[in-house]
Amino acid sequence: MDTIFAPATAAGRAGVAIIRLSGPQAFDAARELGARLTVPRVLERVVLRSGERHLDDGLAVGFPGPHSYTGEDCVELHVHGGRATLQALLAVLATVPGLRMAEPGEFTRRAFVNDKLSVDRVEGLIDLIDAETEAQRLQAVRQMSGVLSRQSAVWRDGLLHALALLEATIDFSDEDLPAGIIEEVAVRLQVLRDGLSGHLKGLAAAQAVRDGFQVAIIGAPNLGKSTLLNAISRRDVALTSDVPGTTRDVIEVRVDLKGLPVLFLDTAGLRDADDPVEALGVARGIARAREADLRILLVSDPDMAGAADDRTICRVAMSDRVDAGAHTGVSGLTGAGVEELLDEVWQRLSDRAAEAGLIVQERHRVAVMEAFGCLGRAHDGLISNRSVDVVCEDIRLAGRSLQSLTGEVDVEDVLGAIFSRFCIGK
Amino acid sequence: MKHADVIVVGGGHAGVEAAAAAARAGARVVLATFSAETIGVMSCNPAIGGVGKGHLVREIDALDGVMGRAADAAAIQYRLLNRSKGHAVQGPRVQADRSLYRQAVGAALFAYPDLEIVAGEVVDLRMAEGAVAGVQLRDGSEIAARSVVLTNGTFLHGRMFVGDQQEVGGRTGDRASVRLADRLRDILRIGGRLKTGTPPRLDGRTIAWDRLARQESDDLPTFMSFLTSFLAQRQIACGITHTNPQTHDIVRENLHRSAMYGGQIEGVGPRYCPSIEDKIVRFADKDGHQIFLEPEGLETHLVYPNGLSTSLPADVQLAYLQSIVGLERVDVAQWGYAVEYDFFDPRGLDTDLQSLEIPGLFLAGQINGTTGYEEAAGQGLVAGSAAAGVPLALNRGNAYIGVMIDDLTTRGVTEPYRMFTSRAEYRLSLRADNADQRLTGLGRDAGVVRDERWSSYADKADALARARGLLDSTVASVESLRAAGLPVPRDGRARSATEFLGGRESAESDSVALVPGLAEFPPDIRQQVGIDALYAPYIARQKSEVDEVERNTARRIPADFSYDDVSGLSHELKEKLTRTRPSSLAQAQRIMGMTPAGLVAIIAALSRLPAKAA
Repeated sequence: MDTIFAPATAAGRAGVAIIRLSGPQAFDAARELGARLTVPRVLERVVLRSGERHLDDGLAVGFPGPHSYTGEDCVELHVHGGRATLQALLAVLATVPGLRMAEPGEFTRRAFVNDKLSVDRVEGLIDLIDAETEAQRLQAVRQMSGVLSRQSAVWRDGLLHALALLEATIDFSDEDLPAGIIEEVAVRLQVLRDGLSGHLKGLAAAQAVRDGFQVAIIGAPNLGKSTLLNAISRRDVALTSDVPGTTRDVIEVRVDLKGLPVLFLDTAGLRDADDPVEALGVARGIARAREADLRILLVSDPDMAGAADDRTICRVAMSDRVDAGAHTGVSGLTGAGVEELLDEVWQRLSDRAAEAGLIVQERHRVAVMEAFGCLGRAHDGLISNRSVDVVCEDIRLAGRSLQSLTGEVDVEDVLGAIFSRFCIGK
Repeated sequence: MKHADVIVVGGGHAGVEAAAAAARAGARVVLATFSAETIGVMSCNPAIGGVGKGHLVREIDALDGVMGRAADAAAIQYRLLNRSKGHAVQGPRVQADRSLYRQAVGAALFAYPDLEIVAGEVVDLRMAEGAVAGVQLRDGSEIAARSVVLTNGTFLHGRMFVGDQQEVGGRTGDRASVRLADRLRDILRIGGRLKTGTPPRLDGRTIAWDRLARQESDDLPTFMSFLTSFLAQRQIACGITHTNPQTHDIVRENLHRSAMYGGQIEGVGPRYCPSIEDKIVRFADKDGHQIFLEPEGLETHLVYPNGLSTSLPADVQLAYLQSIVGLERVDVAQWGYAVEYDFFDPRGLDTDLQSLEIPGLFLAGQINGTTGYEEAAGQGLVAGSAAAGVPLALNRGNAYIGVMIDDLTTRGVTEPYRMFTSRAEYRLSLRADNADQRLTGLGRDAGVVRDERWSSYADKADALARARGLLDSTVASVESLRAAGLPVPRDGRARSATEFLGGRESAESDSVALVPGLAEFPPDIRQQVGIDALYAPYIARQKSEVDEVERNTARRIPADFSYDDVSGLSHELKEKLTRTRPSSLAQAQRIMGMTPAGLVAIIAALSRLPAKAA
């Protein structure tokens, strides 16, 4: 097994940079450079040298496996964060036989292989590293703590229990089992199904937190949608002019809105376009607006401002001729009403974010959806008197789907649950 | 010195199938047993089959084994268990006349010209260059062979208990093979001690049958063997009664006199076959347990009270028996007892049940920690066949026997191992009704299926193929569905009859309504085609899983593979893997405590192997 190393901190100028080593030679290689590593998990001063060459003054700490991030022997070298310093150190490490630069994600992969992290926690970790806003960070930290693993374990217990009851009626049909088992299983399956469905409902919100909420600015042409987007982003991102239909495609701006990741979309103005290129832009704009988490609808006439629904905020586009006040109107040009609008957007999105469930990744969704479908078939099968063998198969398949989130539903567990509950045997 | 290809030690159900399978595979076989009289004896309850167990019998039969036909020859009651719960979990079961069963087994073995029965106690193994070379008998004589199959289950360091009295022995009246057990303890890894109980045997003439509920034989018998087509014996009924609070009081007051509760027995008993003492202690709130009174045969008065196994002293047994309705005046012909015995850790065996330590030595049956005639017989068949040089490729995807052997060799045993359908992940494919379709061709290719069965199966397979072809080629059009009085799918898409019938519980009757040509086929073919169509969609869905099993089974792990060099395995797993030495990735996957990450590590290490070799 190779020993790997890589900078653990981002490239570029910084006060301190950390180089991490993991693998059987981590301690030897660090000691070769001058680190003493006398006490595990304690930072010690080190003068880093390669032969006569003075590389840097820094700190070193050793984590003997398995009590380390990767589960292997690990060493961290804390050095000065200049590009040249890092390059010199990495170049020296690369010359040590058995050492090589880590591939992307290799430390975490080793941690996973060594059973230090479960898949869902690895996913949480990746999200954490990618997190740009507070809401994303909180969600990632929650996932990394293994909360999904724990929820899966609860579901798994529920499945196990239902399956054990049903299996008892099959493998011990000759025994005098209590009445009402089928009915009990049907109720249990329904409860499980409701649980899964609750978490699936929170998926859209969780994914929005992870990938950013989409807020589309829509309205007739030439009402100042692009100008509003510019005001929001405080940058000149969208081309604006006085000619109607300038925005032919969808323009996106990513914004950290008080901790929420928000993607503002500027759509082509909603009108019948003669220009085929513009028509395409309109169509695309409509599609994106339809999928968006929230829409800002700009209207020209204050009388039209009542057209809002729970996913639409309506604002009157203010101009020299129209003044609607900061709570009903907005102007990108003057900045009037922009803060009020953003407050309302934030309020609406925060409410959505609060619904976020434990299911965050597409992979989770696929697994839970599949399990949800199987449980539905099993439940309907029980109620409509289908053969129990087929019903059990659907429950087994549901368990298998959840397996990708959690451990196995093992047959020994099923038998254990049966025997603890029933007096079986003649 | 006598020479053979295969020596089978023990004449129980594992020994019988091992000897017969080896003989079918073309080996010269010696079956060595204490006494030729006890070959094929049913030492516990007088029944063969049941849920899970019936599947095993059908598989043994599909591989041309002895058990299915012997059971049909001796059957005095047929019951198909789980009739309403789906074909996949239906378990054919018979109650068998003990004496007729033994005779049928004896006759089956007698039919093999190259199978010789030697009466004598095997006391030692002959070894040569680390491999087995034969056996030594008590009288000092030796028999040479390149393979030895040990099936001497209950007799290894057997001790029997009736209350506080104990004696050395296996079954009542049989000796325990202490010397062989001592020898084996030296060379094999002991798994531990297990126990099993038996109930007292009753004199049926002293039972008030007219006061009891009765359980009759099925009107239409479901035969154990694919080759059986008519009833061989007169059918009888069983009686049903229950224990009551008074029975429970008697047992509870005398618990301290029970061998199991008095501390004499150290072994672990099965959770699913508890003694009456166990039932009353563990399920104290239940005030009655069901007891089946099963006649042991047509010519005997002995009755087996299923559900009353015990190790209480004789006077307590009599007292609690006589507290039960119908048994108020019962006489006991033989007292119930518990037996305790050694077993060897089956994780020391490969998937042919051959010892990893000693080439040529095979172990099958209760010696591996299993319980039940059917479990023993299934192992015997696999071991005997492999000992004759014909390994059968059974795995979790194609046979319950494969499930059992995989469980035993990868997970070991903590209580007596019994088959349940819930152990089989792919049980919708592994049905009792299709055991021949799954295994007879495989057995024929291996050489353990003789001509009579093969030609019978070939005829059936041909008819099945023609009937299936008819279903495949018939279009289930809107008109034909309407004409047959069947629901028309909403999408109105044209589909074959096979496709239409898929997943339909009524596939069997629907198929005849939809495809009139099927009427020309015999009922059993029509039924089979219907069942196969019903399960087809589920089996298609399982296919990717089964394929994965096959793929992982095909990924062999070399016997000398060193787990020490695999990083990413916990110390505990490394130790387990080194001890178990799984022969394939599929087996490694099944080892208790195996983690997905650990499996990934093994795959990674395996994928590096060829590079090293090259």
